[in-house]
Amino acid sequence: MTVIETDVFKSKSPERRTSKRRDGYWYRFGSYLVLTLLGITMIVPFIWMISTSFKPFEEILVLRFMPEDPTLANYEHVLTQTELPRWYINSLIVAVISTVSVAFFDSLAGYVFAKYQFPGKRIIFIVFLSSLMVPTEMLLIPWFIMSADPIIGSSWIDTYWGIAFPGVITAAGIFLMRQFMQGVPDELLDAARIDGVSEFGLFWRIAVPLSLPAIGALCIFNFLGNWNAFIWPLIITSQQEMMTLPVGLQFFSGEAGSEWNLIMTGASLSVLPLLIIVIVFQRYIIEGIALTGLKG
Amino acid sequence: MFKLTLAKKKIIWAYIFLAIPIIFFMYIRIYPTFFAFQMSLYDWDPLAEEQEYLGFENYEELGEELGKERSATRRAFENTAKYIAVGMPLQLVLSLGIALMLNEIRFMSNVYRVLFFLPFVTSTIAISWVFRILFERQGFINTMLEAFSLPTQPFLRSPDQALWSITAVVVWQGLGFAVIIFLAGLKQIPRTYYEAAEIDGASRWQSFRFITFPLLNPSIVYLVVLQSIAFLRMFAPVYAMSQQGSGGPLNSTTTVVLRVVREAFDSNSMGYASTLTVALFVIILVITIVQLRLTTRRID
Repeated sequence: MTVIETDVFKSKSPERRTSKRRDGYWYRFGSYLVLTLLGITMIVPFIWMISTSFKPFEEILVLRFMPEDPTLANYEHVLTQTELPRWYINSLIVAVISTVSVAFFDSLAGYVFAKYQFPGKRIIFIVFLSSLMVPTEMLLIPWFIMSADPIIGSSWIDTYWGIAFPGVITAAGIFLMRQFMQGVPDELLDAARIDGVSEFGLFWRIAVPLSLPAIGALCIFNFLGNWNAFIWPLIITSQQEMMTLPVGLQFFSGEAGSEWNLIMTGASLSVLPLLIIVIVFQRYIIEGIALTGLKG
Repeated sequence: MFKLTLAKKKIIWAYIFLAIPIIFFMYIRIYPTFFAFQMSLYDWDPLAEEQEYLGFENYEELGEELGKERSATRRAFENTAKYIAVGMPLQLVLSLGIALMLNEIRFMSNVYRVLFFLPFVTSTIAISWVFRILFERQGFINTMLEAFSLPTQPFLRSPDQALWSITAVVVWQGLGFAVIIFLAGLKQIPRTYYEAAEIDGASRWQSFRFITFPLLNPSIVYLVVLQSIAFLRMFAPVYAMSQQGSGGPLNSTTTVVLRVVREAFDSNSMGYASTLTVALFVIILVITIVQLRLTTRRID
């Protein structure tokens, strides 16, 4: 089925200009030189972070990338003496809850806006999109008051739902999915309808499989965004056991004072698994950003 | 049993499918927006029994604070303006340069792209703490300066340097995003334009000035707006890179959003904090409207 033109994952790296200019070599050489220098400034902080995480306290001021006396004691300390493993699990739970929810509801709403005609469609769509104009910072205080005394259940403060709820459906995702779902051919949906497929079945068994690349991009962004989210989790959590990774890292680093080796170990632990995921999926993420212009 | 026509059945299903998203947007997005406006008219204290209605007193207070040279609110708006005025152009120029160079090279270009991209997807808090330590009095950067017998700098500990140090970190972290947007924009420019220009004897600079730059205009406008708004909403880097998240030293790095959080959750003056968020909202709205004006104008 070659019905949907989604060149997100097909496209190669940017089209090369093979310049026939005689000075082309010099320009390419200069580019490599400057890019390498800039690239070093990009990677050195990460290397320094990892290197310091293996240093004993006595060595943290020494200007050496290879620790003289490498140790795993920092890792042992951070993993056993702090709540970092718990923060990991919390971040994972929150990111998974909101990503699954976003993947489902954003695609469903996008599908409805793309494929159904109904009274009020325009106004509902405008209401959804208009929420993009309001910075979330404006909603922090109302959300907090609503969470302290919500209409459903008791206080949402220090709960997973409390951390996740602002992001379980996103207007940007609905807009993105609508664009993609418009590419699903109506003939295909009508044919399935005649064959007795239910309306939900049309979405679930036809529209979703045809939009998987877009849903994938949406999931990756949403996961990264939630994983790194800071301001709302900071406000809504007060107990250490409920903190997410960034909030916990901030808390822990503030306490650690001059023990840079421990702070760098906490930072390494919070950064490295994600960096590995990003390097593995880098092509999808980069193409996805180029396509959607979404910010993580 | 009613026999519904297909069209009617589809309408009903559309509403069923949209029910939860509609409830979500009404309750989690629209209602809190109005709630924030409402709170800005009250002396909202979460600990008080009843909330006192103030009318526009919070707005008057905001006006007064902005008039006072040394007030935290005034510093927050001034600092935010500095972050945008320096950070945004710096980020754009650097990322455009990097994108142009990345466009030039072939071998290992993917490796370089990932390199610039890594900080962008990394947690801001982790990065901020790494730099906070790199910037320390005896940290990596000062040790390097010493090694080249240059004078060491106080960086985050000095009221004169802290803001620029934080700007540098934010620019560093956000480069990758802007580079990718520019690379996507460069990809849209047909190669034949450059070939034609080359045949006509245009220099590299002329090709850039008269082909690349005008055709990249949409990407530039998009990034100017997006990055300005990102700087306006800045919070996490300042919170992590100043002592106890104070926005110090001496309020020299504090931002509007940091003031909002401090006023609302440390001083319990949620009414005044809401007034600050309304101001933020208005500024962002103006920027967005200007952007829409600029981008809907036809560019040929």
